[in-house]
Amino acid sequence: MKKYSAFAVVREALRGHKGWDKQWVSPEPRNAYDVIIVGGGGHGLGAAYYLAKEHGITNIAVIEKGWLGGGNTGRNTTIIRSNYLYEESMDIFEHSLKLWEGLSQDLNYNVMYSPRGVMMLSHNIHDMQSFKRHINANRLHGIDNEWLTPEQAKAYCPPLDISATARYPLNGAALQRRGGTARHDAVAWGYARAASDRGVHVIQNCEVTGIRRGPDGHVTGVDTTRGFIGAKKIGVSASGHNTQLMAMADVRVPLVSNPLQALVSEPLKPIFPCVVMSNTVHAYISQSDKGELVIGAGTDQFVSYSQTGGIQIIEHTLDAICELFPMFRRVKMMRQWGGITDNTPDRSPIQSKTPVPGLYVNCGWGTGGFKATPGSAHLFAHLIARDEPHKLGAGLTLNRYYTGRLIDEAAAAAVAH
Amino acid sequence: MLLIHCPYCQEDRSELEFRAAGEAHIARPENIASISDEAFAEYFFMRDNPKGYIWERWRHFNGCGRFFNAVRHTVSDKFVVTYKAGEPKRSLESLGLGTTNAGGAK
Repeated sequence: MKKYSAFAVVREALRGHKGWDKQWVSPEPRNAYDVIIVGGGGHGLGAAYYLAKEHGITNIAVIEKGWLGGGNTGRNTTIIRSNYLYEESMDIFEHSLKLWEGLSQDLNYNVMYSPRGVMMLSHNIHDMQSFKRHINANRLHGIDNEWLTPEQAKAYCPPLDISATARYPLNGAALQRRGGTARHDAVAWGYARAASDRGVHVIQNCEVTGIRRGPDGHVTGVDTTRGFIGAKKIGVSASGHNTQLMAMADVRVPLVSNPLQALVSEPLKPIFPCVVMSNTVHAYISQSDKGELVIGAGTDQFVSYSQTGGIQIIEHTLDAICELFPMFRRVKMMRQWGGITDNTPDRSPIQSKTPVPGLYVNCGWGTGGFKATPGSAHLFAHLIARDEPHKLGAGLTLNRYYTGRLIDEAAAAAVAH
Repeated sequence: MLLIHCPYCQEDRSELEFRAAGEAHIARPENIASISDEAFAEYFFMRDNPKGYIWERWRHFNGCGRFFNAVRHTVSDKFVVTYKAGEPKRSLESLGLGTTNAGGAK
């Protein structure tokens, strides 16, 4: 792999950009691998990368039904933060945030991680109490999070309307300065390139149609649209379709799949400096480096794989955005899309061994998986390589639905992820 | 936005009047205090989540307020039938939809 650098950009500029390699190779699948990862999103590609980098397993294939990052990795609002309430959540999301901070250097790929700050607006006394509880829990856990007065919030994010006559008046805000955004496609591509460089096979346009097991119950491989491929271990990380994949091995998982929508506006000059979320009126917004306003909406409340979502959901979100930021009222929306998220009953992810030996699952990231990409991938690689969870992910196993030790972020994180 | 037929009101009304209420035909175990943790988790947490036809509950929240059941396809979101709570589960055969739920979780 040729290293990307400023020097390389200059060199290629001088010789007509003829020296760029393909970022990853697309080989014919081998007959068998040590590990197969099902799902070529950020989590799956990242897991393959960390397996190769930190656990010395390089005979790996990542099998993707569509194209890399064509699922939820490329269909989200790219918000990164770690200001969760419970210890298990703080552990993994902060682990992830720390990896984000060095990810571009680690991968030699600019993932455009931008710690521009994530601000959560408080509109009433309940919000204030809840956010202060989060702030205290975070700070006790060594995570940055601070309380701002409305004036301080306005100074950090000038487009805010803090007047008393605002439709949704503010009584303060919580700010995580290390939070921010990253370029979602680059995350998938960067992991794919770095994993491919270490010998991982990235196989696109190949759908897994079955999971085979031997007489002892241990996995033996997967049936795909390109034939059978053997595997000693299989890690499933397929977001909205994890239920279907686990069903191929007769494993039941506590998931429901719901469409989550987002939309972007026409590109504007830089106008919005940070990420702003309002759980109470349910809107979150940031501005991409291309200039588009990136706006997250809610989920449909019923099981659906439609990849669209109800129009009333984005209408509700845009109502809220227009009330919070009246200057955006005449901005045109350019694209809208829906991704299928897999949601658990306690709205916390599952990273776990399964009753089937050799089969591992990374699921239930729901509406908030992008921010977790490096941390989730790192811990999933550990789980697959060592056959036991990393200590930071020990609370995320399937077992919690049998013992009752849930991680109830559903109430803690409110709606927006 | 979905158009949903309430079997009590006998009217097609907009989705805004309804609330989705999860998978249908899940019976609460009669002896819930004495069942195993596995059986409780299966009852309480595990769901079919099919990519295909789903049997689910809806509530006509801003209408008659009553719960009813529906069969819907989860890719097209198209409703096949809605029926009153307490009526037996409608089989795919009885609805002329074949015998197997292709893409289903089970």
